[in-house]
Amino acid sequence: MTLMAWTYAMVLLSFSLYLFIAWRSRVRDTSGFYVAGRGVPAIANGMATGADWMSAASFISMAGLISSMGYAGGVYLMGWTGGFVLLALLIAPYLRKFGHYTVPDFIGDRYDSRVARLVAILCAIFVSFTYVAGQMRGVGVVFSRFLEVDVNVGVIIGVAIVFIYATLGGMKGITWTQVAQYWVLITAYLIPAIAISIMLTGRWVPQAGLGAELKPELAGAAGVTLLEKLNLIHADLGFASYTEAFVGSWDRLNVFLVALALMVGTAGLPHVIVRFYTVRTVQAARWSAFWALFFIGLLYLTAPATAAFARYYIISSLNGTSAEQLPSWFVNWQKTGLVLWFDDGDGRVRYSAGADNEIFRNGALTAAELARIAQEHERWLVTGGASGADARAVLRAKKLSEPDRDIIVLATPEMAGLANWIIALVAAGGLAAALSTASGLLLVVSSSIAHDLYYRLLNPKATERQRLLVGRGVIGIAVVIAGLFGIYPPGFVSQVVAFAFGLAAASFFPAIVLGIFNKRVSAAPAICGMLAGLGFTAWYIIGCVFFGMPRWTLGLDGPGIDPQGIGAIGMLLNFVITLGLTPLFPPPSKAVQDMVDAVHEPESAGPALVIEAAPEH
Amino acid sequence: MEQSEKSRSPREQELKAALERYWISNMRLVAVLIAIWALVGLGCGVLLADTLNRWSLPGTGYPLGFWFAQQGSILVFILLIFIYCVAMNRIDARHRADLRRIDSETEGGS
Repeated sequence: MTLMAWTYAMVLLSFSLYLFIAWRSRVRDTSGFYVAGRGVPAIANGMATGADWMSAASFISMAGLISSMGYAGGVYLMGWTGGFVLLALLIAPYLRKFGHYTVPDFIGDRYDSRVARLVAILCAIFVSFTYVAGQMRGVGVVFSRFLEVDVNVGVIIGVAIVFIYATLGGMKGITWTQVAQYWVLITAYLIPAIAISIMLTGRWVPQAGLGAELKPELAGAAGVTLLEKLNLIHADLGFASYTEAFVGSWDRLNVFLVALALMVGTAGLPHVIVRFYTVRTVQAARWSAFWALFFIGLLYLTAPATAAFARYYIISSLNGTSAEQLPSWFVNWQKTGLVLWFDDGDGRVRYSAGADNEIFRNGALTAAELARIAQEHERWLVTGGASGADARAVLRAKKLSEPDRDIIVLATPEMAGLANWIIALVAAGGLAAALSTASGLLLVVSSSIAHDLYYRLLNPKATERQRLLVGRGVIGIAVVIAGLFGIYPPGFVSQVVAFAFGLAAASFFPAIVLGIFNKRVSAAPAICGMLAGLGFTAWYIIGCVFFGMPRWTLGLDGPGIDPQGIGAIGMLLNFVITLGLTPLFPPPSKAVQDMVDAVHEPESAGPALVIEAAPEH
Repeated sequence: MEQSEKSRSPREQELKAALERYWISNMRLVAVLIAIWALVGLGCGVLLADTLNRWSLPGTGYPLGFWFAQQGSILVFILLIFIYCVAMNRIDARHRADLRRIDSETEGGS
């Protein structure tokens, strides 16, 4: 079978599995729709959280990011896993005990304030929508790369699938499809990593391979470790060291702030938090946080291995190669424009960090623009520089040096010489990652609008039937809007997605943690803190990204604070303002304080524990 | 609700004390684990990474700071949540026993 046939088979197979699961787990009430009837076992919830969490970016782009960043790529690894420790220890068990449907629910009830609820609703919708637009685009990109259909057709197929299983099964359908999607994506991720690890180091475990010696026939000598060799090649070609800390714009301050902002942001993302409402008990909420990080860890511990293997392999297999000897993966992916070669006339590939680099990517260039650049380059070569234009200079000026980072995950199976059906599995895995995250996010948008806005604020007398209908309607509309974002991506989306974390860190995290751990904090300080954190973070990001505001250096030498890391400072500001204003305002009501006590108490089943309700009083 | 505002029975006071004891052991555990989290993730993985890079992880070719940033911190994070779950289950069990004792001591008395 050809690769194309295998890819169609894998995608169809996985999609019919998702639809089958959705049909089996369709729901009839709001509890099923928003929190899967609270009947999800901890280990299944862990898998679903893993799939929910690992987006198209984690699956397709993260290894490539690490590959080009070296040590500093660790900010994403640490940031996106470290947050789960905060989530497990500070948030998940208590929110499960609180036991409503959404994050704005907790904020609204804990601070006993409609304003706080509204602020939380707006934050939840904004954070989720910026994030989901990227996912829908991801679905389209995977389709177009593997099935050679138009990106927009891919987005529409993705919208149709999510539409069916999200409106039908709500959280229950989403949870069980996510469990299936986890297995598809982790298998697709691990097999190529293991194969390339064996090829380069002879080790079965990629994590061991990354720290191991390179095979002697590849290194030219025995006893050379892969990372040593990689650092040597990097030094030869002018790249920054792969393992050395704090090179380039990633100084100590930025690595610290970005890692912290991602950690705290992860713990504050509503689509992750709501997953812990779906389990039966407080204990199960804790265990599902453990399982979630365990299953996420499988991929996150593998990503740096894939990153370094592919980096080494690409550089060493391309440099000095002539046109006839180019490896087949290169020839295949050159057609997509993710990797391009413009020769300087000597007929040999040179991939370096300097002006003599010949490896590029197409970025946002259209096919026509690229063809013109290639034509000019051809003339430049033939006339010996008398006319035409050197494509290398043109692309370098456009900052398109180096291959597209997605190539690391997409082409690794071919680099390792794997069979077609495994390459097809990677396509299904990328789709699983994008679809599972998109559906989780859309549910948050739906519940924020249908539950918090419609039921809790606008029409508290709504019947169960009406609420379910509104929930389904809103999720349907949200899917379509997300699809439109995927087809017509607003230019700012890709820049904003990374900042969803900063905004979540600066708004939700302090409000939730203080709400749980500090009985004294009342509505007004919390709202001021949220607005200040959110406003400050948004102002710095928008200023730096769109209006060319100079970055803050805090009086230190260095590149200044990266907008991705500003959420950490926004979070501190939120904490400081909330705690600073708290003594000036009266404490919350007795009912709210009792609620906080009840959230601390892990036992809900014991009959004598709900003191007000106990019969002897 | 209104009734519970009146003079608290010994039973209520005991329940309140039990919850306080539980909460203190909970907070102690969380504080220790968060400290390790910060030390390993932000300490070894970030602030001390360049210093640690002078050594390598014994028996492998990983520079130590690099290892903490890309492997070690994640392993420690997973372990931390595991320890938290096991220890919290113990604290929960002790608390449950506490509540049962209060129940049996004050039965019929309130």
